[in-house]
Amino acid sequence: MSYPADTSIVVDQATKSFTLRYHRTFKQVTVAMLKGHQVSDTFQAVDDVSFTVEQGESVGLMGLNGSGKSTLLKMINGVMKPDSGRVLTRGRIAGLIATGAGFHPQLTGRENVYLNAAVLGMTERETARKFDDIVEFADIGRHLDSPVGNYSSGQFARLGFAVAVHVDSDIFLADEVLAVGDKPFKKKCLERMQEIRDSGRTLLYVSHAASSVRKMCDRVIVLESGKVGYDGEVGPGIKYLKYDAGTDEEEQDEELGADI
Amino acid sequence: MSEASSTGAALEEPRPHRRVDADLAPPTARSGLLGVFQNRYLLRLLVRREISARYSGSFLGLLWSYINPLSQFLIYYFILGKLLDRGTENFAVHVFSALIVVHFFIETFNAGTRSIVRNKSLVRKMALPREMFPVASMLVSLYHVAPQVVILFVVCLFYGWVPDPMVPVALALALGIIMLLATALALLFSVANVYFRDFASVVSILTNFVRFGVPMIYPYAVVEERFGSFAQYYMLNPLAEAVLLVQRAFWVGTTQDPSATAATELPDHLFTRGLAMVGVSLVVLVIAQLVFTRLENKIPERLN
Ligand SMILES: Nc1ncnc2c1ncn2[C@@H]1O[C@H](COP(=O)(O)OP(=O)(O)O)[C@@H](O)[C@H]1O
Ligand SMILES: [Mg+2]
Repeated sequence: MSYPADTSIVVDQATKSFTLRYHRTFKQVTVAMLKGHQVSDTFQAVDDVSFTVEQGESVGLMGLNGSGKSTLLKMINGVMKPDSGRVLTRGRIAGLIATGAGFHPQLTGRENVYLNAAVLGMTERETARKFDDIVEFADIGRHLDSPVGNYSSGQFARLGFAVAVHVDSDIFLADEVLAVGDKPFKKKCLERMQEIRDSGRTLLYVSHAASSVRKMCDRVIVLESGKVGYDGEVGPGIKYLKYDAGTDEEEQDEELGADI
Repeated sequence: MSEASSTGAALEEPRPHRRVDADLAPPTARSGLLGVFQNRYLLRLLVRREISARYSGSFLGLLWSYINPLSQFLIYYFILGKLLDRGTENFAVHVFSALIVVHFFIETFNAGTRSIVRNKSLVRKMALPREMFPVASMLVSLYHVAPQVVILFVVCLFYGWVPDPMVPVALALALGIIMLLATALALLFSVANVYFRDFASVVSILTNFVRFGVPMIYPYAVVEERFGSFAQYYMLNPLAEAVLLVQRAFWVGTTQDPSATAATELPDHLFTRGLAMVGVSLVVLVIAQLVFTRLENKIPERLN
């Protein structure tokens, strides 16, 4: 099957199942087997999901915790392969998965910036050129030269996001990145993501905050236990999730401090 | 902030069309050992940071990689050469030549086996060829071989050794065998270690045996003497071959009569065997890569 030239992401009947192991050690496993208990179980974290995204589209990926959003993003950025079906992407991918970047806890912030940028396909010169911008954006001050293992989760996210937005990517993935940032940083990130979107890059945005999805996205996909429950316009998508049942959603976001 | 910042609040305007030249492809395309060498910059970063981490916070720094082997040599010199006067000529040089090979192998095997688990924070979230980590471990160990060879070189000069043209050939063959073989084993065991962390312990035990399977604390002549024709099976061990090559390069030349030593202490056709062992190691590496490719799909989900 061929796709039009402006297709950015294809997810075609992708399925990913995980094995849950109830027992870890040899002793536990033997005891459980002798008692006739189940030792492991598999389930589909992403179950026959299909959709395509056009270049420049901005898609909000929503769903309850554990519905498979991060797993889906991992297949899109190439960390995991689907067990069946396929995932195709066009161009460079950057972004954050499951709130943090792939940082090495023992390395300093500075070393991690270079490493992370290299993994995302940036050359040494490109990184050196953008380094000051990255540091300025992350705004973590003196902590740049201490190991990221000592960072607060907010500082960790800041640095990861700073690197990701400075990659000249064609697809940007943002998975609950803003959940741990403070308010000024959230605002800065949202602005930056709008810039990314407005520069024609594809944006895949995971968030639980209805208001920011409304602001950022022109399409919503809702995952329910690994399956696509809804795919379409933003307003009805948020309704579908019933996030705004009862109170006014903006007000609710504000209350929860989740205007992300 | 390289992009035009004027687009800030342009919500309702149509967005600029971004044309992406790349093909629509699976995001995991480049992997395998070839993928590793296509991304040499990343590999260099990983290797460099391992090396600098080793001596971070130390005053003498890299000097330690010279002090360490030198002190080891001196211990062998006094204990083996002077105290327990073994029959073999220049026994300390004999042991030390072998030790370089054995260390290189053991370090790569051990560190390589743990490498993927140790870098799990990267592996879980970033798409990069996972062969990168065992290969980086091998290169880090290789980096530490250099000072040892320098020490050995200087020591041998003291013994009145005169380098001959086959020295670099022997050294290159020996290092080539270990590089290929140790990388192959590191690949296999690094992925196995993701599934069961027991493998790291298995490897530590395995490497204990390595020292005794090679002519290090005993001369090769003893093997021929005791085992007779079984010595040819002994020589099927690529590590023994690599050790003998390094001894050919250095130790043999320090003895009174190098050609006599070579005749009694080395197996026949040493160099031809060496070349064959490079070929064998290459085959093992290819097999290891195939197994790795089969098993690596589940690496990210099994790391936790
Ligand atoms: N490595 C893993 N092994 C087993 N189960 C996993 C693993 N990773 C995720 N899961 C499970 O898969 C489901 C989907 O997870 P995830 O994609 O992270 O959800 P979301 O991001 O939507 O909250 C969850 O039930 C989670 O527990
Ligand atoms: Mg998630």
